[in-house]
Amino acid sequence: MESTAVDPAGPAGALADDAPPSAGPVANLAACVVTTGVGVAGVVGATALGLGTPAQPGAGLWPLAISVAMVVLSLAQLLVGRRGGDGEKFSRYSWLSLAGLATLLGLVALLPVIGFEIPALLLSLVWMRFLGGESWRSAVLYSVLVVGVLYGVFVGALGTNVPHLL
Amino acid sequence: MESLQNVLAGFAVVLEPTNLLYCLVGVVIGMLIGVLPGLGPAATIAILLPLTYGVEPVTAIIMLAGIFYGAQYGGTITSVLLRLPGEASSVVTVLDGHALARQGRAGTALGVAAVGSFIGGTVAIIGLTFLAPLVAGFALDFGPPEYAALALLGILLVSTIASGARVKALIAATIGLLLATVGRDAFTGAERFTFDNLSLADGIDFVPVAMGLFGLGEILYNLEERHRAVQAPGKVANAWPSRKDLRESSGAVTRGSVLGFFLGILPGGGATIASMAAYAAEKRRAKDPSRFGKGAIEGVAGPETANNAAATSSFIPLLTLGIPANATMALMFGALLIQGITPGPQLVTEHPELFWGVVNSMYIGNVLLLIMSIPLVGLFVRILRVRAAILAPVTALITMIGAFTINNSVFDVLLVVVFGAIGYLMKKFGFEPGPLVLAFVLGSLLEDSLRRSLLMFDGSAAGFFTRPISATLLVAFVVVAVLPLVRSVRGRRTAGSGSGSASGGSVQNREEESV
Repeated sequence: MESTAVDPAGPAGALADDAPPSAGPVANLAACVVTTGVGVAGVVGATALGLGTPAQPGAGLWPLAISVAMVVLSLAQLLVGRRGGDGEKFSRYSWLSLAGLATLLGLVALLPVIGFEIPALLLSLVWMRFLGGESWRSAVLYSVLVVGVLYGVFVGALGTNVPHLL
Repeated sequence: MESLQNVLAGFAVVLEPTNLLYCLVGVVIGMLIGVLPGLGPAATIAILLPLTYGVEPVTAIIMLAGIFYGAQYGGTITSVLLRLPGEASSVVTVLDGHALARQGRAGTALGVAAVGSFIGGTVAIIGLTFLAPLVAGFALDFGPPEYAALALLGILLVSTIASGARVKALIAATIGLLLATVGRDAFTGAERFTFDNLSLADGIDFVPVAMGLFGLGEILYNLEERHRAVQAPGKVANAWPSRKDLRESSGAVTRGSVLGFFLGILPGGGATIASMAAYAAEKRRAKDPSRFGKGAIEGVAGPETANNAAATSSFIPLLTLGIPANATMALMFGALLIQGITPGPQLVTEHPELFWGVVNSMYIGNVLLLIMSIPLVGLFVRILRVRAAILAPVTALITMIGAFTINNSVFDVLLVVVFGAIGYLMKKFGFEPGPLVLAFVLGSLLEDSLRRSLLMFDGSAAGFFTRPISATLLVAFVVVAVLPLVRSVRGRRTAGSGSGSASGGSVQNREEESV
């Protein structure tokens, strides 16, 4: 059982000894810079909306309060998390997630143009063959099956308005 | 006995064929996703939200509730067989459950867990039946100040009790609150953070946010994790627990039911914390704690009972106060809002058929789950043979098409993808998506109540302390906010001597670290 800690392909799970390495201090810094930035932008935007008075709160008072809290908390996290310790490092497998995201965006772009069938089939093929490591045969077989079933459910049974070719 | 009539009428609602069918569908889906590591109940409920648009509110919630408590049953199976928790709430079950499996007693562990889950769930439904109307009656007098304080406390508790980095969870909550302000301000009519985009003028819909953060974010994250291959498990022999097993675990089941019920009610509580607390409690009161981790049946019975009891009782704050106690309940809240029902103290009196229909459906659901977990367990173990590579595009495509069907808008699909990317990044950087979604759901209620209160009190924040309930809640808020700071300062001072305090909170932390 001890070997699972060093063998990434072992039956790993949410158990601490098998967990991937944490993201580290740089990631903490980056995350805090982003959230501080969002907070500052929120402060600016909220102030522009008009704050009003406590007795007559304007549209910006509440967003201002949240944004200030966000900035304060982000700066606190900068200190608290300076040694890192949570999150997960990006690995070479993170490219799989990025590729997955790209195919999803492709689907969004194509959906209103040519309907869902072809983009869905392509997405399914890419995910099964390249991201999942299935064989061509099973990827093609299951992709066609999946799109067929989705068509049957969303177009046939539920009668939704999802754009479709057929 | 008007209430008794309502309870009975609730059974009539459950026994309608449609509702029975959806209850069955819900618990089967729950059981399946419980077995499959990766997608949790929150992700599944988020993905399936669009499918609930077309059905009656009570039917929708019956199904979604079934997914939630069904997942607690299913999560056990992979914990025991594969040392791979299907759900976070079954993580501690791994310790003794898998040890039992290696001794060839997997059936015993699964059987005891199923019976414990059933008892825990049933005890909690009975508790819910009696407690919920009382709480709702009490809360009927709540005004804006009480709601503001309650929502604040709920968000804070959910963020601080969440596993992982507390400050990051709070940051996530503020992001959720800020997102909730997008759109037209209800008081002044001003457009806030819409960037002149018409699609944002009415605010950001809850469903795409939840589907993205919980659903797609989880799917993208799993793409990366997939290389951690899962071995197909061996055959499970008999899952009927013997009389001796049941006798040995009866104490743990009783304690787990009570502990789980109460931890489930607390904001920020819920199945995961209940299971960990129950494990810690069993280990502490055992005559020979060294048995734990080596196949102690109480180590399976306690947590598995507690997580089910908590899953059920966490409906109480949602259905009686309108305050979701955890992320999954935030999704239920969203599902009810979609149906045009605002959860709150009026729910029991204004929609008794919904309230009692959902509560009573849980009895049926638990019976169905007991049947699926003991005689049919072998069937569900076989689901593990379905490869994740094939399942991933299916869930992703269901999410995308489902997102389109909400408003027939491509913008919503894009929002889901954007929030999916955000959810993935949050996971990588150690931010919990739960507090964000919860805060987003409660955001408008909180702002609305705060501003109404300020108008009531003529702009004086001291007004909150003139009302006993809002004052108490705010004091609790301050205590929860300040206590961890004090503790960490004290902890740093005593760190040199190496002795930690033995209070309840630190016991739990230690448990979290040990799993």
